[in-house]
Amino acid sequence: MASITAVIPRPTSYAGLWGWITTVDHKRIAVLYGVTAFIFLLIAGAEAGVIRMQLASADNDLIGPGRFNQMFTMHATVMVFMVIMPLSVSFFNFVIPLAIGARDVAFPRLNALSYWIFLFGGILMHMSFVVDQVPDAGWFSYANLTEKPFSVNRGLDYWSISLLVLGTSSVAGALNFVVTIINMRAPGMSMMRMPVFVWMTLITSLLLVLAFPVITVGLIELTMDRNFGTHFFIPAEGGDPVLWQHLFWIFGHPEVYILILPSMGVVSEILPTFSRKPLFGYPFIIFSGIVIGIMGWAVWSHHMFTVGLGPVANSVFTITTMLIAVPTGVKIFNWIGTLWKGALEFTTPMLFALGFVALFIVGGLSGVSHAVSPSDFQQQDTYYIVAHIHYVLFGGSMFGIFAGAYYWYPKITGKMLNETVGKINFWLLFIGMNLTFFPMHFLGMNGMPRRIYTYSAEFGWENLNRIASFGYVVLAIGMLVFMYNVWQSRNSRRVGHDPWDAPGIEWSIASPPPPYNFAEIPQVLGRDHYWIVKENAEAAGTPITEPEALVDPSSIHMPSPSYWPIFTAVGVALIGGGLLSHYALSFVGGVIAFIGVVAWSNEPAAAPPKEHH
Amino acid sequence: MAHTAEHEYTTTGLNHRKMLMWVFLGSDCLFFAALIATYMVYRGQSLVGPYPVDIINVPVTTISTFVLLMSSFAMVQALASTHANNKNAIVGWLMATAILGAIFIGFQIVEFNTFKNEGLTLGGNLFGATFFTLTGFHGAHVTLGIIWLVIMAIVGAKGRLGPDTALDVELLGLYWHFVDIVWIVIFTLLYLIGGFDAGPAALSGG
Repeated sequence: MASITAVIPRPTSYAGLWGWITTVDHKRIAVLYGVTAFIFLLIAGAEAGVIRMQLASADNDLIGPGRFNQMFTMHATVMVFMVIMPLSVSFFNFVIPLAIGARDVAFPRLNALSYWIFLFGGILMHMSFVVDQVPDAGWFSYANLTEKPFSVNRGLDYWSISLLVLGTSSVAGALNFVVTIINMRAPGMSMMRMPVFVWMTLITSLLLVLAFPVITVGLIELTMDRNFGTHFFIPAEGGDPVLWQHLFWIFGHPEVYILILPSMGVVSEILPTFSRKPLFGYPFIIFSGIVIGIMGWAVWSHHMFTVGLGPVANSVFTITTMLIAVPTGVKIFNWIGTLWKGALEFTTPMLFALGFVALFIVGGLSGVSHAVSPSDFQQQDTYYIVAHIHYVLFGGSMFGIFAGAYYWYPKITGKMLNETVGKINFWLLFIGMNLTFFPMHFLGMNGMPRRIYTYSAEFGWENLNRIASFGYVVLAIGMLVFMYNVWQSRNSRRVGHDPWDAPGIEWSIASPPPPYNFAEIPQVLGRDHYWIVKENAEAAGTPITEPEALVDPSSIHMPSPSYWPIFTAVGVALIGGGLLSHYALSFVGGVIAFIGVVAWSNEPAAAPPKEHH
Repeated sequence: MAHTAEHEYTTTGLNHRKMLMWVFLGSDCLFFAALIATYMVYRGQSLVGPYPVDIINVPVTTISTFVLLMSSFAMVQALASTHANNKNAIVGWLMATAILGAIFIGFQIVEFNTFKNEGLTLGGNLFGATFFTLTGFHGAHVTLGIIWLVIMAIVGAKGRLGPDTALDVELLGLYWHFVDIVWIVIFTLLYLIGGFDAGPAALSGG
């Protein structure tokens, strides 16, 4: 196989389309992740629009029940696996190496592989629209609704196989970040000096590494039931549909924390910056995060209170679920403590961070209300749950992601997003989000079930549904304003390296950062390293106004671009695609992936320096 | 070629690739845990035969288990020879590991075939579904390990393995030993403990 690497010369150009396809630079991969996930956000957002239009009036027949099932299934699946997770990964990619004072991640090519598999997995899932066999069993796809007799087309196969492909990407990415964070910190950066965002990334990555194999097994068993004649989840043959629920939620509940912890990390960076004081109770936030990461494994059956697991199981999971609210509450009090007597500056990232705290409290409180299993019997499968999940995932995760986008945008591009437009953006999303999802609490309490495609006027649900649908329009305008803000920023002035006077190490280097990040690896002085550096300089009478000086990039030996990540990813995607069309294609994909892996391991991570040629 | 990678600075002093392998094996633990859990949940739940007591052959699988354990011994020797920079021993022990692994897979193929002929299939009952899925994925792990071993033996034959690149062999060893340990768990649960299970009625009665 060494001959292959010899025949195909290694890419050397960093420019143009090939530069992006072969890139192993974590900052470029972050942009790829961010842009791709944003496109998926628009697709899944449009699906939400169809749902809201259908429900805007009683007895509506805009789309039929079949199409409606496809819309809510794809909306949720795409939002969870192809929007919030990869948007978080986009921040991991951009911020983590900079925040720990490293030049790249531990395995740059593996990082590129994760992105390409994510992209191809997402495309594979959306191929289901092309063949019009769209998954339609909800994002948790309960058995035995997913079994062949009840779901005859291949939609659920697209769902499970695409998720298997996406899972490979997530685990590969998470492995990379675990090693990067533990092993590539700059001298002086002990674990308890790491920024909270880095800590939350570490916990999230460990959750991913451990939770994804469980859903992988569930998906494999589902795929085998549908394609190879097994009866894992078919009661008539002795199988147990409840096993699917257990496997799904043992993954699914850690997954909830995978979705929210990164945003908690982002907010923990932004609140201190704009309160002009260090994070209140840093160790409490860290240990709360760790406790959430561990206890997140002991609460999964609260999704299954109405299954009939019995009073003992329901009581145990009620108690563990109420307990896990404690570390979350600790974090909220720490954030409020950070704000207390701070010199608050209401920039756009700060507004989004405050919005996060406020909306997450609402979502957290409704969460506690269905932690109590008797009360959950009333709420199960109603719009109350829909309200809860959107307060924590939209009001929580997405607001954190927007906060991060506004905060790090000047570092990523060297240009500012417009603050006025940003504030309009924030208020539209904040008001739109409450208009859309707050009425759902009442709808749920009034008994409106989730997943129904229409309702009769006599139930009296029409007015609240209309408000929710109007809220969607406000949200959509908010999204357009965000896109306009990004678009208009191409003409805006360049900003300095440290526009927010921020504490993180990433703000000490030029914006956008050079390929090698740090000309000299920093010696970390403490938490809020860059604040300490700036204070020391001020005290010495030589305030810092410039970023670290640029050096000749060729003087620093960086990982070289490579064809093999995308090549291997094509192989992996073809294995999945073959299972959906013709097994011969899977075989071809397997061969391609094998050649890719062998060629990859024959290729050194960094090409030898030029002077040796 | 790999020199720079192996001597680079890391915070913990542990090599990046070694840490990656350990975390990956942690991930793989959960994969097998979920498969084993499925088997245990469905133990004794098959509505029709064949049941384990009808077909599981503990003595034969004890032999193949012994073969697999001996392959771990060969793997240890391969790593020791790499540190000792003894090219012939490296290639020899790596190939010995691969061959012992292949014998194990051979046993598994014969076993699967016999079971199939005796009526155990994926779709026949839950025992067939859980048994073939769990042992099948383990067999796939072993097969992947054999391919890796053969590739490394070829690399070794070219004289590219020695103390400087011992990590390449060590990582393979970590994977191989892990797959072995998983088999010990599977052998205990599916053969020694579950191998004598009869149908559901017999279980509840006794």
